[in-house]
Amino acid sequence: MAADLGPRAMFVAGGTDLYPKLKRRQFEVDALIGLDFLPRTLRNGSDVCVIGAGLTLSAASGDVDITERFPGYARAAGLVSSPPLRNAGTIGGNLCVDTRCNYYDMTYEWRKAAGFCLKKDGDICLVAPSSPRCWAVSSSDTAPVAIALDGSVTVAGPDGERELPVSALYRDDGIEYMAKQPAEVVTELRLRAVPGTRSAYVKLRRRGSIDFPIAGAAAVARLDGGVVTSCRIVLSAVASHPLEVPAAGEFLKGRRLEPEAIQEAAELAAKPAKPLDNADLSHFWRKRMVRVVVERALQDLSDQGGGLGG
Amino acid sequence: MARNAGVAEVRVVGKPLPKVDAVAKVTGRAVYADDMLPARTLHCRILRSPHPHARILSIDTSAARRIPGVLAVITGADLPIKFGILPVTQDERALEHEKVRYVGDPIAAVAATDEEIAASACDAIAVEYEVLEPVMSIDAALVAPKDERIQDYGGPNNIHKLVSLEFGDVDGGFAQAQHVREDVFFYQGNTHLPMEQHSAVATFVDGRVTLWSSTQVVHYVHRALSKVLELPIHRIRVIGAAHGGGFGGKTDPFAHEIIVCKLAMLTGRPVKCTLTREEVFYAHRGRHPVLMWVRTGVTDDGRITAMHFRTALDGGAYGSYGVASTFYTGALQPVTYDIPAYRFEGCRVFTNKPPCGPKRGHGTPQPRFALELHLEKIAHELGLDPVELKRRNFVKPNTRTVNWLRVTSCGLEECTQKVIEASGYRTRERRPGRGVGFAISSYLSGAGTAIYWNDMPHSEVQIKVDRGGVTAYCGAMDIGQGSDSVLATIVAEELGLQPAEVRLVTADTDTTPIDLGSYSSRVTFMAGNAALEAARKMRALLVEAVEARGRKFDDVSFEEASVLAEARFGTLTTAGSYTPPKIAGPYKGSGVGPSPAYSYSACVVDLDADARTGLVTVNRIWIAHDVGRAINPLLVEGQVEGSVYMGLGEALMEEQVFRKGLHKWPSMLEYKSPTFLDMPEVETFIVETVDPEGPYGAKEAGQGPLLPVPPALCAAVYDALGVWIDEIPVTPEKVIEALRRKDKGEPARYGPQRFPSIPYPAPIKVEPPPKHGRFAHQEVTY
Amino acid sequence: MKSEVLRDVERVVLTLDVNGERRELLVPVHKTLLEVLRENMQLTGTKHGCELGECGTCTVLVEGKPHLSCLVLPIQIVGRAITTIEGMANGSELHPLQAAFAELGAAQCGYCSPGILLSARSLLEENPRPTRDEIREALAGNLCRCTGYTKILDAVELASSPSMGRWRATPEWPK
Repeated sequence: MAADLGPRAMFVAGGTDLYPKLKRRQFEVDALIGLDFLPRTLRNGSDVCVIGAGLTLSAASGDVDITERFPGYARAAGLVSSPPLRNAGTIGGNLCVDTRCNYYDMTYEWRKAAGFCLKKDGDICLVAPSSPRCWAVSSSDTAPVAIALDGSVTVAGPDGERELPVSALYRDDGIEYMAKQPAEVVTELRLRAVPGTRSAYVKLRRRGSIDFPIAGAAAVARLDGGVVTSCRIVLSAVASHPLEVPAAGEFLKGRRLEPEAIQEAAELAAKPAKPLDNADLSHFWRKRMVRVVVERALQDLSDQGGGLGG
Repeated sequence: MARNAGVAEVRVVGKPLPKVDAVAKVTGRAVYADDMLPARTLHCRILRSPHPHARILSIDTSAARRIPGVLAVITGADLPIKFGILPVTQDERALEHEKVRYVGDPIAAVAATDEEIAASACDAIAVEYEVLEPVMSIDAALVAPKDERIQDYGGPNNIHKLVSLEFGDVDGGFAQAQHVREDVFFYQGNTHLPMEQHSAVATFVDGRVTLWSSTQVVHYVHRALSKVLELPIHRIRVIGAAHGGGFGGKTDPFAHEIIVCKLAMLTGRPVKCTLTREEVFYAHRGRHPVLMWVRTGVTDDGRITAMHFRTALDGGAYGSYGVASTFYTGALQPVTYDIPAYRFEGCRVFTNKPPCGPKRGHGTPQPRFALELHLEKIAHELGLDPVELKRRNFVKPNTRTVNWLRVTSCGLEECTQKVIEASGYRTRERRPGRGVGFAISSYLSGAGTAIYWNDMPHSEVQIKVDRGGVTAYCGAMDIGQGSDSVLATIVAEELGLQPAEVRLVTADTDTTPIDLGSYSSRVTFMAGNAALEAARKMRALLVEAVEARGRKFDDVSFEEASVLAEARFGTLTTAGSYTPPKIAGPYKGSGVGPSPAYSYSACVVDLDADARTGLVTVNRIWIAHDVGRAINPLLVEGQVEGSVYMGLGEALMEEQVFRKGLHKWPSMLEYKSPTFLDMPEVETFIVETVDPEGPYGAKEAGQGPLLPVPPALCAAVYDALGVWIDEIPVTPEKVIEALRRKDKGEPARYGPQRFPSIPYPAPIKVEPPPKHGRFAHQEVTY
Repeated sequence: MKSEVLRDVERVVLTLDVNGERRELLVPVHKTLLEVLRENMQLTGTKHGCELGECGTCTVLVEGKPHLSCLVLPIQIVGRAITTIEGMANGSELHPLQAAFAELGAAQCGYCSPGILLSARSLLEENPRPTRDEIREALAGNLCRCTGYTKILDAVELASSPSMGRWRATPEWPK
């Protein structure tokens, strides 16, 4: 149906991202396609957990199994915006949440006064006017953790269903930030439960609630006898896509999560982060904080004694 | 929670009773302006300027008028008469048709059958502009404009107002000082952010306009409507709807209030306008950004010998309360500290931003911030305990300040003692990153002069008793602070009733006698005194009638007493009024600052500051407030806690900032208002000094306790990290930058480097009042 | 439930279950629940502060859980139980939370109160004896500018205490 309706149709799940943007005329649509048919189920297999994309963020963050097996994911879901919003917002919606920019997430009247930007109605990026691309920021809290957990999604579209890694859902562009086709819908998230896996998410924002991340770090590590056998670190809100920092993960392989190693890994992780002046607080400070959130996420991993054989 | 014991025999005064409108509010039955929808109501939307500064060349509304459902479109040509809250700055139009001065300045308005149609019609209005260079900072306003000045009065350049006053021998005072210190501070602008968006509904029936509005000042709106609509006052009725939060933000007459009246007159139908949240940011009238320079001379033991205080206020595009705000940045420094010689130079400039005005504390939190931190620094320099240094300079009760302000009751000492003891300030545990800071403040219990010069009372109350029922009538507007409850409590106290038994009619210019409005913390003191007078007169009638029957008032029911009195005297009505004493000093500008009484506060903030991130976490706040007498301690605590909250928001995160001529983030997401998770526990102490002139000794509660929070927080940051943040809000990046400078051996501070050169006139020299003489009655001007 | 909302379809007939009453309504399909409650059903107890999901003022309960009515299209919740502030009291008897808010001065201007009361009610139904921090977490999506939150926390604690957990006609006026 989405394919038939074309670009003037959009999917809506919880509506918490879409409706404000419709009101601000950031999206103009003729049709909305409700995704209430999406599964809200949670299937906890022994080696994989399948989460229906329609499950609300509050249900996901409050689920005992998810919290035990994927504490970083549960934490990320529980840190999205505010409690009433999490009762409507879905886990699929948060994976697909639009990129943000404080030149873009404004009312039509404001954007008209400021001059429209590349992402909507204009032809330059107001953050980086000399750049040919849009630098809106990926602001999903859950996507970085899902990527770090080697998660995959099922997308359904006119050509049937396919499964792809969560990391393959995104592109490094503020406008075309999703790699899926517009007529495709994320229907399921699959998180693999590998023994010895620990996961953590640290979110930085000005207030204790409501705010989007202005820097965030997801860290997932598998440990064997206290030694890291694999580690993925993915940053939120520092680029137009969830930004994986493989060098940091690689560095930790074969090491213990001890203060020096954590600091060095965090240093490596912070390097590729390039926050720009389009979110709350200064981008210099946000850049500086990347190291801190990574360190705290790794410290959290280190502190997790339990988990799945960890 | 600690409360002083009551001093006189009272029954309901001093009791923590629920508000008289509590049930309406918790059940959703209070009717706010936007909740009203009279039959056939039209919806109004306003077209606003997209440019910070531009001349309007033409406005074409023809396409908008053709849209089905549009009933009227108006522009500035329909409402050309200028208005403004202060008589000296009548510089606003409801709709501008000549020139726009900030992004959001209203240009045209549409009344349509539906809000979306009205919005589409606004989109269809074509406006041609000649864009002018915007002026966006104090520095830019002080130099010659590239294109033209924002307003055609004031000057030089974009200066709006210059003030220069000198009390006593300032040079002599500095000559006596053993230490002299200078500092520069900046207090960023911020906005009220009431939860309720401004809303107004007007009808036009029988040639009379009725307006229901979310306003703090029904009377001043009434006056402005009469002027702009060119209708006599008797053809206009203004009613204050249930109020969803003011904090000073609804204290001006606003364009949308005038517009809905005009549209109702043109269409003959009710018209409603509710501002969007973005428009609320443009309506603003919030805290002025103020740059401050202060120089103080002290003796070795920390006694102040002289002070010189300079302020520069970024006023935005219009006058609003700005002249008063400018004076307020210099007025209250001597009300807490005994300053023997004092020079104040103030300057307000116009910039192409939404106009600033009165926000909770009106013009005084900024200098309070500077003054408290400045004294803190002096204490550190002299090796004195800051609390001790401040105490040595505290004003004493029943004195007059060097700038002629009359201080009566003053609980500074007791407030200080409460918070210092409760917080364990002197015995606190030292650990890295933990800091504790202390500050004090004072605020008015109502401005001693009205906004327009007159000799009439500031508040009037009528009481009617019949067949056992009591109704009190007063123009006072309850904006949530509980002024209705205060009136009911006072009437109930005098008549032997419970507050819930007193019916109230308030804030309606047709049916209630005047009250000037809910601003300057004036209602408890002024309307309270008026209510007290009216109630005592009523009680006297009841007592006389009961005693005429040979019985005692206390032995008969109220119903019986009222029947006896009505039978004896006929219609039972009494009235009371309150006119503040004429206590202003003998100089031009003395009208800003006098108040019949001053409240006092002291505050301690305990926090952790992270040297790595610059993030500040407030652990706990102790606040003591000298309220004179708590008419209702529950409401006083609520006002104090709310003030602390707002002060903390200003200190840590709230700021109204601009980028490329635009408000950077006119939204509730990006303008950071602290959430439940950002607010620490607050321990409140009510100090009762029983003011000689307040009703039952009461003074203000709703504004003063905001003031000490930002400086106490910055003092605590210094205590924690050894860096001064001389500019609020204290964002983490400022803390990090200050620490970086400290590490490099530069001055360990973040804040403005310099105060600009401002062409202040030669000061008006004023003799200080004789130390213990009688107060001369003076006429007031400003 | 229909999964398709077309802009050309100007109005839809739908039945909403609000405060236990089922009402059939003809509404523009794009109007939010907030607008429909206030404008079509005259349930003006639900307030609004931003209409963009940023302040929590318009919170209502959908199947007992807080939702932002400014971000809900009625067509999405047909058949689900909606509770607004008007449905919180039992006739003229106040819910214990309402009584506690009144008695402790937790409502100043009262504008955020409906949303906060409903969020608090949802909390107490799940967790009858929350800690102060749990109350903070649960109410963290609701902004208030008047109270500094202190009296609200006190009131929710009072309402959750065994001594207070009862319905009452009016707040008790001490004599």
